[in-house]
Amino acid sequence: MALLELTASAAGSRSVPASRTRVAPAERDARRALGAQIARLERELGELLVTSFPHGGVAAPAAATAPRGHARLLGLGELELLRDELASRLRVARRGLEARGRQQERHRLRLERMLLAPGKHRFETVSNQQLGAGGCGVWQVRPRLGLIGMLAGWWHVKLSSGCPRTTARRTAPGRPGGA
Amino acid sequence: MSAPVSLDDGWIDADVAAEFPALRLATAGVSCVPGPSPPGLRAQLRLVSDRMNGAKAIRLRRDPVPSAYRVFYRLVGLDPDRTLVPVEQAALDRLFVGSYHSSGLVEDALLLAVVETGVPVYAVDEATLEGPLGLRPARAGERLGRGQHSGDLPPGRLVVADAERPIAALFGPSAPEHAVTPASRRLRLMAVGVAGVPALHVEEALFGCAEALRAS
Repeated sequence: MALLELTASAAGSRSVPASRTRVAPAERDARRALGAQIARLERELGELLVTSFPHGGVAAPAAATAPRGHARLLGLGELELLRDELASRLRVARRGLEARGRQQERHRLRLERMLLAPGKHRFETVSNQQLGAGGCGVWQVRPRLGLIGMLAGWWHVKLSSGCPRTTARRTAPGRPGGA
Repeated sequence: MSAPVSLDDGWIDADVAAEFPALRLATAGVSCVPGPSPPGLRAQLRLVSDRMNGAKAIRLRRDPVPSAYRVFYRLVGLDPDRTLVPVEQAALDRLFVGSYHSSGLVEDALLLAVVETGVPVYAVDEATLEGPLGLRPARAGERLGRGQHSGDLPPGRLVVADAERPIAALFGPSAPEHAVTPASRRLRLMAVGVAGVPALHVEEALFGCAEALRAS
């Protein structure tokens, strides 16, 4: 295989055509500041999405203003609008995440109480999803030994065995009804 | 030994350069005969295909290079949640289809470059170009292509242009007459570098792509 040789003529060939419009230095600074803010907000939004994804993700609202669908230089007003919109989306996403966190905390406390005193929380359930954990497990207060436990007041917390089957049960070959 | 690959930086319109000082259009010319991919390239494609999974696709947002392109998309008025950045689009396609299927030497080399580096690389037929390539806003009345079916370009749309006319929309399709065809013998590869993307990544994308094309 032929070796690739770097013969970059990077700086030399960057000729810049004459500018058609001049932007005032103050506006240029404002645009730079807005650009930096937009970059920070976009990164925070992405970070929030990635970190919250295993726990169900965040419901960040869609962009309120429809983009034109092609790349162009944005005006100062458009940049401000974009910054405000991203800030609003981030705020809503954070609020949603906080609300979900509080809800999960409540469910965790409920599970703690169920574990401490199962008899006071008969047949109550808390799912792993409500706790923000993965899987389909459900914690449930059930009587030991069925009816006997129910009559004797023997209650305990059981964790169900996971997600229900989504496909038909396979039958081993050779058995009656097998393939 | 074949001729070395030469890397050139395209010109950037002054207004655009003032707005995005780190914006860069790196290009490289490479000779190749478009056709089916060689087994080596197909194997590489399978390898990157096997490495991609859902968790990785989600984590792309946190990676510096895709994240830098997302920011740039925002700054030029594109919504990266609707118009995905190329590396995210490639990851999504992989998840939907189940693997990267070979679509031909040039397409595979471009795909490999974007998946490996996060930097999108585009190719046009060098024989159709007039002068060096650069980035500028489209002027009033300009069209993408020459035929009667060529598309109108809204004034101000950022385009990759040669000395004569726009040849491709930025991060978009190229004009049909500049597209790579089976008759093309020399291609001009283009990669757009934005703030937050190290120059090394841009160069690696171009050289990786050129190497894949020349190895055929």
